Amino acid sequence: MAHATTATAGGKKEAAHHFKDMDHEFETCKQGLWLFLLQEVLFFSPLFVGYYVFRGLYPEDWHAASHHLDPKMGAINTVILICSSLSMAQAVHGAQTNNRRKSIIGLILTLIFAGGFLVVKFFEYSHKFELGLLPAGAFTYTGADLSGYPHAKLYYSLYFAMTGLHGIHVIGGMAVIAWILKRTLKGEFDSNYYTPVEMVGLYWHFVDLVWIYLFPILYLLG
Amino acid sequence: MAHTSHAGENYLNHEKGIWSWLTTVDHKRIGVMYLLCILTFFFFGGIAAMLIRAELFHPGMTIMTADQYNKTFTYHGTIMVFMVVVPLIPAAFGNFVMPMMLGAKDVAFPKLNLASWYLFMAGAAVALATLVINQVDTGWTFYTPYSIRTTTSTTYMLLGIFIMGFSGILTSLNFIATIHKLRAPGLTWGRLPLFVWATYATAIVQLLATPVIALTLFLVLLERTTGIGIFDPKLGGDPVLFQHFFWFYSHPAVYIMALPAMGIVSEMMPVYSRKQIFGYWPIALATFGIALVAFVVWGHHMFVSGQSELANFLFSFITMFVAIPTGVKVFSWVATLYGGQLHFRMGLLYAFAFIFVFTIGGLTGVFLAALAADVHLTDTYFVVAHFHYVMVGGTIMGMLAGLHHWFPKITGKMYSESWAKVSWFLVFGGFNVTFFPQFILGSQGMPRRYYDYAPKFQTLNEISSFGAWSIGLGFVIMAIYLLHAIFKGEKAPDNPWGAATLEWQTTSPPSPHNFEKDPVVTHGPYDYSEFRK
Repeated sequence: MAHATTATAGGKKEAAHHFKDMDHEFETCKQGLWLFLLQEVLFFSPLFVGYYVFRGLYPEDWHAASHHLDPKMGAINTVILICSSLSMAQAVHGAQTNNRRKSIIGLILTLIFAGGFLVVKFFEYSHKFELGLLPAGAFTYTGADLSGYPHAKLYYSLYFAMTGLHGIHVIGGMAVIAWILKRTLKGEFDSNYYTPVEMVGLYWHFVDLVWIYLFPILYLLG
Repeated sequence: MAHTSHAGENYLNHEKGIWSWLTTVDHKRIGVMYLLCILTFFFFGGIAAMLIRAELFHPGMTIMTADQYNKTFTYHGTIMVFMVVVPLIPAAFGNFVMPMMLGAKDVAFPKLNLASWYLFMAGAAVALATLVINQVDTGWTFYTPYSIRTTTSTTYMLLGIFIMGFSGILTSLNFIATIHKLRAPGLTWGRLPLFVWATYATAIVQLLATPVIALTLFLVLLERTTGIGIFDPKLGGDPVLFQHFFWFYSHPAVYIMALPAMGIVSEMMPVYSRKQIFGYWPIALATFGIALVAFVVWGHHMFVSGQSELANFLFSFITMFVAIPTGVKVFSWVATLYGGQLHFRMGLLYAFAFIFVFTIGGLTGVFLAALAADVHLTDTYFVVAHFHYVMVGGTIMGMLAGLHHWFPKITGKMYSESWAKVSWFLVFGGFNVTFFPQFILGSQGMPRRYYDYAPKFQTLNEISSFGAWSIGLGFVIMAIYLLHAIFKGEKAPDNPWGAATLEWQTTSPPSPHNFEKDPVVTHGPYDYSEFRK
């Protein structure tokens, strides 16, 4: 395996053959990840544009429909995700400074916060399902408060599309954090080589950041 | 980590067996795999094209029913756009040539590169599976609401394109990081070959535009499966919003197709005229000018879709600006030839073909960008002719220039120049015979995508069909002489064209790690003073 990153006899990681050294590899990976996050922004963009287009077309419907979201739940989840960003940053710092314990605790806390976020989301979703506040084609809600607003159901299309896509990113994030945790437990990272930890950290901050935009436009804007 | 290779060992023969190819992380092998697969798709898309031209040979039913006709042009369009013209040059030549032009051993993320190939093949498999499930009849644009209502297996087609989109995104991410981080010592930005500049700009466009179409097509998929309603007028959604999203990708996609071809032409001009390129920086910067404008002109596809007058005016106005950087390139290429020693090898002949047809394609684009003319020409054969002049005339001619130029490097063999010229004549001549009459047909009002046409259009349609068969014959001859070259061809020298870029400074075919010694760059990519000594 001439191409893969290989460990030498001393156990110290060596850069892959097409890089000059570990720093070169790290910088390249970091740039790659930033480019990935850039395309993620564009990936979410049609939903944000769609949200604002329909908000502009049907402002009253949007106003009425948004009242069914509970800002308290949204706020709790916002706090949870901000805390998870902090614990993730701690985990990365632990890896950079050869503090494996700190790194492990940080990763476990991040996983717990992410799980907590999904639990809250689960309760929110099941409540919407019960009421029939679903994407347009499946919308069955018959309450009087939305009866004069035929396009309220589109609000829920976008609500589920946006939070659903974000939720998939949270689940994906948990998977890669678990993978990093496993490798940290095996002692694969130290101050010489912590590239994957830092990359997953960056990705996780991005996932939080998306929520920071979703929370106000869905829960707070009337 | 054995870097020393034995005499005669190259990237093709240092490991053997199909498994060594399927698990390779060598950018050259991955480039070759893309090339072979994409050329196979090109063959199938081409068969569909021949069937379309056979059907349109006479008015009324010629060889197929209206329903079959809809499906045939849908597969022609989707295969050619998403599986051929978009990935062709970046994925095949970008992978094979670009890292060597940088003096690098590989792309930045070799495993990701292999993963991208698998994503591409998986997406293509899902998309083509629809051929046996329930053939799709939406056309390659998937306009809603028809694409929501049709009972054909459009869902799988959309899923396939969605998956292939990620292949393109990851490849472009890989290329950008490679160009930034893996340049050989001495290879400053001002010494980058223009093909690398083109690959770089293309990768940026692809990275930023593809996620939008991916999510948009996924939303159509959700419309079909869950009734999400965003593009469905019955549920309060907006089909014009779909068109905005679709063209926000698909217009830049035209430049994903054209820019790499322009990059190849920029390589051909100096090599085959033995001259420094005229206007290095203007060409490099024009590439970015085109990439930039590409993102703000999508509305010119929607002049009759119910946009505001103001939006129409602005999109029309901005679209005209594309002509400026394109003109800068064309004049720089021509100026490079002026006073040069021209060697009429295949690379140069196809580059000429590119300039000729792409200029016609570009100029007719100005007709379509003009609001009043466009209202008359929308959805006629004029549009069909225009975008074939740009896509086929642009990308395919550029690709053929690159294929003939780099063939000795890729295979280590030389092909027959005389048969190549016969083929060039049939492809280039046939192309113009096929599509030029379509400009006339369109301006006389023959609509696109219709199964039938008025009898007065018959003569021009017959000419067009003869042209198409000439192109087909040209490609058959090309396939024969290239295959013959691979198996029986003369051994190629390391640098048969006397090019100064780095990929020619190693053996043909290159060794597994590209260069025996890491290159150090001391001169520009088109400095032939060394060769004159």
